[in-house]
Amino acid sequence: MFVISQSDSRPMYLQIMEQIKQRIAVGDWAAGQAIPSIRQLAVDIGVSVITVKRAYLELEREGVIVTRQGKGCFVASDADIGTRIREQELAQHLEQAARSAAMMGISQKSLEKRIRAVYDRVTDADKETV
Amino acid sequence: MTDYAIELSGVCKAYRFFDLQNVALRLQRGTIMGLIGPNGAGKSTTIRILMGLVYPDRGEVRVLGHRIPEEQVAAKWDIGFASDDMRLYDSMTLGWHINFMKSIFASWDDAYAQLLLKRFGLNAEQKIKGLSHGQRVKATLLLVFARRPKLLVLDEPTTGLDPVARHDILRELTGVMAEEGRSILFSSQNTQDVEQISDQITFIDRGRIIDSMDKEVYLDRWRRLRLEAPAGVELPALPGVIEIQQTGRLAIAIANAFEPQLPNAYENSGARVHAVENMTLEEIFVANVERSREQEVKA
Repeated sequence: MFVISQSDSRPMYLQIMEQIKQRIAVGDWAAGQAIPSIRQLAVDIGVSVITVKRAYLELEREGVIVTRQGKGCFVASDADIGTRIREQELAQHLEQAARSAAMMGISQKSLEKRIRAVYDRVTDADKETV
Repeated sequence: MTDYAIELSGVCKAYRFFDLQNVALRLQRGTIMGLIGPNGAGKSTTIRILMGLVYPDRGEVRVLGHRIPEEQVAAKWDIGFASDDMRLYDSMTLGWHINFMKSIFASWDDAYAQLLLKRFGLNAEQKIKGLSHGQRVKATLLLVFARRPKLLVLDEPTTGLDPVARHDILRELTGVMAEEGRSILFSSQNTQDVEQISDQITFIDRGRIIDSMDKEVYLDRWRRLRLEAPAGVELPALPGVIEIQQTGRLAIAIANAFEPQLPNAYENSGARVHAVENMTLEEIFVANVERSREQEVKA
């Protein structure tokens, strides 16, 4: 089930991209598996063909899906595609954090320190819940 | 056969208090176009011209390859048209209307009509006069949809509907696109609907077409930048930026021809870029109309 949210400020094509990536990351859409055609997914979600086309184009550019002429669209066939998607997500979050820190004039060292502290806190919390 | 379901060029129509000026638009086959604009912008007049209901003073109109108004009879077998001022027979049932349409149109799909009755929560036994506004709209659309026309022309199909009914209609419209080669032109006051289901957006204001293009390209050209101008820094006028609102050190810049280097250009001038945000069609709509009004005042 795809959900296009109006309270999400990101454009629809980005929301669709993210939800496709989630499916791949959790393994619902396996590496190399055929995925719905652009037109089919547009009808399923109830959005315009052009929006899904854009999402597919960007995903193709990122190497997450591939289009084979006359055969349709598929999840990229590398077995570690799920890991790769989560890596990309992490990289984005880190970049965001680094950008904010730089804008606030926080040094690399003190950002490192804070990340270490956050990491400890989160992993400790995990241990406690186990 | 041309690639376009609808082609308007140089269309003019003068009324006493309103002019449609040099309207040109093209709807590619197999796509949905949303027509948006403020009240009285000329949406309905444009639709009435391409349906042959109003004759233009000048310009060329082709619908499904037929010249309009000359060949409108031939064109209309393949067009499904619905607007607010269409009347059903009050004393007859919806079922009577269904049979009537079935007797006229060979393309009538009875199975689809039955499915739509269920999906829209309508009862064929009910007389039209007993229907609510929303039910009437849905009944009208059912009678148009079940003909499976190549082209749907809908003047404000979702106006005055509750959210669930609107959702049902939008679903059917995007469902039409499952069949390749079918096209839809619809006008709407609801920018959300247009943003969600259109492939193409045509923006009309005061009888003129302001923009008509691919929706993704259109949305992508607009951005809102949240800026901070430290003391002594004046924000420069940069190309592609149509408006800057500044209160104190914080400013908002609206770009309608955004380029990836724009944030850098602000940074280079000494400003800080806090955020680069996408804009909804609603926000673009308002910015666009305000700008066109300002230009009119200056001119």
